[in-house]
Amino acid sequence: MIPTVDANVPPNAWLPLLVLASSLLPGLIIFFLAERRYWARTLLNLGGALTKLSLVGLMLWGVYHQQQYEASLALLPGLELVLRVRALSLLFLVLSAGLWLLTTLYAIGYLEESPHRSRFFGFFSLCVTATVGVAMAGNLLTFVVFFEMLTLTTYPLVVHRGTEEARRAGQVYLGHTVIAGTLLLAGTVWLYALAGTLTFTTRGFVDGLVETHRWSLIAIFVLLILGVGVKAALVPLHGWLPRAMVAPAPVSALLHAVAVVKAGAFGVVLIVYDVFGVEVAAELGVTGPLALVAAVTIIYGSLRALFQDNLKRRLAFSTVSQVSYIVLGVAVVGPLATVGGLVHLVHQGVMKITLFFCAGNLAETLGIHDVSEMNGVGRRMPWTMLAFTVGVLGMIGVPPVAGFVSKWYLGLGGLEAGLHWPLFVLAGSSLLNAAYFLPILHAAWFREPPAAWPEERDFGGKETAWLLLWPPLVTGALSLLIGLFASLPFTPLEWAQLIAEREFYQP
Amino acid sequence: MLPSGAVWTAALVFTPLLAALACFLAPRAANWIGLLAAGLTTLAAATMVPTLMTDGPLRIAVGGWGAPLGIDLYADGLSAVLLLMTAVVGLGVSAFAPAYFGAHPQQRPWFWPLWLILWAALNGLYLSADLFNLYVMLELLGLSAAALTALSGGGPALNAAMRYLLVSLLGSAAYLLGVALLYHAHATVDIALLGARIEPGMLANAALAVMFAGLMLKTALFPFHFWLPPAHAGAPAPVSALLSALVIKGSFYLLLRLWLDLFGDLSRLLPELIGLLGAVAVLWGALQALQQQRLKLMIAYSTVAQIGYLFLAFPLAGGLNGTTAWRAVVYLALAHGLAKAAMFLSAGALLRFAHHDRIADLDRAVHRLPLTLTAFVLAGVSIMGLPPSGGFVGKWLLLEAAFQQDRWGLAVVVLLGGVLAAAYVFKVVGYAFTPTAIAQEAESVPLSMQWSALLLALGAILLGFAAPLLLPLLDVGAPFEPIVGMPS
Repeated sequence: MIPTVDANVPPNAWLPLLVLASSLLPGLIIFFLAERRYWARTLLNLGGALTKLSLVGLMLWGVYHQQQYEASLALLPGLELVLRVRALSLLFLVLSAGLWLLTTLYAIGYLEESPHRSRFFGFFSLCVTATVGVAMAGNLLTFVVFFEMLTLTTYPLVVHRGTEEARRAGQVYLGHTVIAGTLLLAGTVWLYALAGTLTFTTRGFVDGLVETHRWSLIAIFVLLILGVGVKAALVPLHGWLPRAMVAPAPVSALLHAVAVVKAGAFGVVLIVYDVFGVEVAAELGVTGPLALVAAVTIIYGSLRALFQDNLKRRLAFSTVSQVSYIVLGVAVVGPLATVGGLVHLVHQGVMKITLFFCAGNLAETLGIHDVSEMNGVGRRMPWTMLAFTVGVLGMIGVPPVAGFVSKWYLGLGGLEAGLHWPLFVLAGSSLLNAAYFLPILHAAWFREPPAAWPEERDFGGKETAWLLLWPPLVTGALSLLIGLFASLPFTPLEWAQLIAEREFYQP
Repeated sequence: MLPSGAVWTAALVFTPLLAALACFLAPRAANWIGLLAAGLTTLAAATMVPTLMTDGPLRIAVGGWGAPLGIDLYADGLSAVLLLMTAVVGLGVSAFAPAYFGAHPQQRPWFWPLWLILWAALNGLYLSADLFNLYVMLELLGLSAAALTALSGGGPALNAAMRYLLVSLLGSAAYLLGVALLYHAHATVDIALLGARIEPGMLANAALAVMFAGLMLKTALFPFHFWLPPAHAGAPAPVSALLSALVIKGSFYLLLRLWLDLFGDLSRLLPELIGLLGAVAVLWGALQALQQQRLKLMIAYSTVAQIGYLFLAFPLAGGLNGTTAWRAVVYLALAHGLAKAAMFLSAGALLRFAHHDRIADLDRAVHRLPLTLTAFVLAGVSIMGLPPSGGFVGKWLLLEAAFQQDRWGLAVVVLLGGVLAAAYVFKVVGYAFTPTAIAQEAESVPLSMQWSALLLALGAILLGFAAPLLLPLLDVGAPFEPIVGMPS
C-alpha cells in the first residue's frame, strides 16, 4: 500500500511552472550571450538541466504519494492551457530531463570551437521546454501548443550547419511537420466542436458520442493520429527522419531519442488512452488498423535499415522501426501490452541515445560516417564501442538489456489479448535488428583496422574527449541496469505498471 | 479633475491632427513631435479601455449637437480594439521611422505630417457614427496613404502610387454613391437611425452593391487586389507597414459595420459569394507569395491572402454561433496588424542591411542580423497561425465556427492557408541560414529599427494570450448583435 498525501492538500501549481521555466529562462538568456562566454553558457545550461532534473525528481516522489500538480492559464473562451503532472507525464518527464542533462554535457564537448553555440544552446533549451510541456499537457489544446512549439524550435537545430543540404532537410522536415500539425489542429477543433471539452480524462471523454457521431469520431481519430504520426515516424509519414540526419550529433540524439519522435509516440498514447479511451477506441474499430500500421512500420524500418551504409541513416531507420513498438503496445488492447509500450518509451530512448552518442564520437574522433569504415574501430575506441555494443544488444532484445524487457511485455500483451501475430512481428523485427546491427559489431571488434582513419583528431593519446565519452557510457550502463533490475521500485517498468494500474485499467 | 472619457476620445483624433500640423511647421523637430504624438495617442486609446469596460459604449456629440444635426462620435468594443491595435502599430512604426528616415532625409519632412494625418483619419473612421463622416475619413485616409506610397519616388513607385490613388478614389466614390442613395431615401446618415429605417428592396440592394464594391476594392479583396502588391511593396518600409497593417483594416472595418448595422439581413447569397472570394484570396495570395523572389513583394502577397481570411466570417455569421466567426476575424485582423507591421519593418531592416531584398541571397542573415530575423519569424508564426499567437487564436475561433456549422470547405481553406503561409515564411528563413556564393558587404542596422520590429512581433505572439482580456472588451456594446430599437 502506497502512503498517500492528504486529499485536502490543494494541487501544487509551482512545480510544473518551474519545470518549464528551468529550461525556458536559461534558453532565452543564452540567446543574448556572446559566443566567447563559454562558462556563463555552460553554467546556465547545466544549472537549468540539474534544476529540472531535481524538480522532476521531487514530483516523481509526490505523484507516487498521490500529490496533485496542476497549473492553468485561460487561453480561449472556455479553454485553458493546463499543465498537469500525472504518472504518465512523469515517465516522459524523467526521460527528457535525464537525457537532456547528458545530451547537454555531450553537446558542450561536441560543439567546442564551433560557431553559433549560443544560438544552438538557446534553441536546444527551448526544444526541451516544449518537450516537457508536451509531457505535462493536461488537455489536447495544451498538447497542440507545445507540439507545434517543438516543431518550431527543432527547425533551427536541423538547419544549424547552414549548408544547402541542411536547408533542404529543414524544408522536408517542416513540410512534414507543418502539414501534420495542421491535421492535428483540424482534428482537435473538430473534436472540441463535438465534445465541448478537451481535458485528458482517464479512459477518454468521447464515450457519449459513440452512438451519435461514430464516423466523425473515426475521422477525428485518423486526423489526430496522422497529426502525431509524422513525428512518431509511422510509415509512410517517416520521410523526414532520415533526412534530418544532417543535423549535428547531439541534435540527432535529442531528436531521435527524446524530443520529436517521443513526443509523437507520447501523443499516440494520449490520443488512444486519454482522449478516446482504449475501450472506446477498440469499439470504434480503430486500434486494429493502428496496430497494423505499427507492425508495417516495425518491419519496413528494419528492412530499410539493412541497406544503409551511412551509420546515422541506419540508426534513423532503426528508430523508425523501434518507436512503433510503443505504438504497437498502445494499439494492442490489454494491460500487459500497454506496459510494454510505455516502458519502451523510456527504454528505446536510453538505448538509442547511446547509439547516437557513439556515432557522433566516431565521426568527431576518427571521421567515420559509414558502416563500411568501421573495421577494427573497437581497438581504437574500446569504451565507445562497448557502450555501442550494449545499446545494440538492447535493440536486438538480448536479455538482460532493457530492450528485452520491452519485447517480453509486448509479446505477452499480444498473447493476453488473444493475438499471435505481434509475436511474429517482434520475432521478425528482432531477427532483422540482428541482421543490420551484428555485422557492425563483427566489423568493429573482429576485423583488422585500416592503416589510417578517414579524419583522425588527436585527444592527447586518450580515446576521445571525456565529455564525449562519459555520456554514452552512462546511458549504456543505464540501459543495462534498468533491464537487469527491472522489478525494483522506480524503474521504468515498475512505473509503467503503476500507470497502467492507476490510469488505464482501473477496475 | 481628470479628463473624462469624452475628452480622451476626442484626443484620439485631434492629437495626431495637431501634431501633423506642428510637424509641417517645424520639420526639424518632426521626429520628436511625431514620437510625442504617438505616445499621447496610444495613451488616449489605452485610457478608453477601462471607461468602456465599466460604462459600456461611448457616444459623444461633438460641439453639443446630437445626431442627426451634429457629428456624433461612437465607440464600442469593436472600435476600441481596432483603435488599440492602430495605436500599438503606430507607436512601433513611429519608433522605427527616425532611424529609417535618417538615411532618407529628403523623405522625412513629408513622412511625419502625412502619417499623422493618416492616423487621425483612421481613428476618426473607427469613431464615426454617421456615413458621411465616415466618407470624409475614408477619403482622407486614402489620400494620405497614396501620398505616402509616392514618398520613395522613382518610376515604379510613382506608378504604383498613382494606381493606388485612382483605385482609392474610385472606391470612395462608389461608397459615396451608396451614401447618397441611402440619404435620399431615409433622410439621415446616422448609422443607428438608418439601421432602424432601412428596408429590404431595390434601393437598399443598390446601395449595398455600390458600397460593398467600393470598399472591397479598397480592401483589396480578390479579385480587386491587383493594385496592392506593387503599392505595398514599392513604398518605403515604414509606409508599407502602415498600409498593410492599418489602412486596409480601415475599409474592412467600414464593411463590417455596414454589414452588421445595415445590410446583414438583405441577402442570403451575398455572404456566400464574399466568403468564396475570401477563400480564393487566401489560396491565391499565398500561392503568389510563395513564388515571389523579392521579400517585400512576398509580404505584400501574404497580405492579399490574410485579407481573404477576414471575409471568411461572412458565410459563417448567419449560422450557429455566428458571433464566434466575427470575433475570430476581428482577432485575425488585430494579429495581422501587429504581425504584418513587424514583417515589413524587418524587411526594411534587411533592406538597409543588404541593399536588396532578394530572398535567395539573404546570405546568413540569421547570424548577422539575429534580432531582425527573430522578429520576422515570430511575426511569421502568427501569420501561419501556429500557437501561441494572435493568429492562432483567430484561426482557432474561425475553425470552431466552421466545424460547428459543418462547413468543411471553409475549414480546409483556413488550414491550407496556414500551411502555405508556413511554406513562404520558412522559404525565407531557410535562405537566411545559408551563405551565398558571392560575399556581400553589409551596412549596420540601427538597433531602434530592429527592436521596434521585434517588439511588434512579440506583440503578435502575446496577443495569443490576451484573448481573455480582449474578447470581453470586443463585446462591449454588443457590436455583433443586431441593433434593437433606437439608441437614446
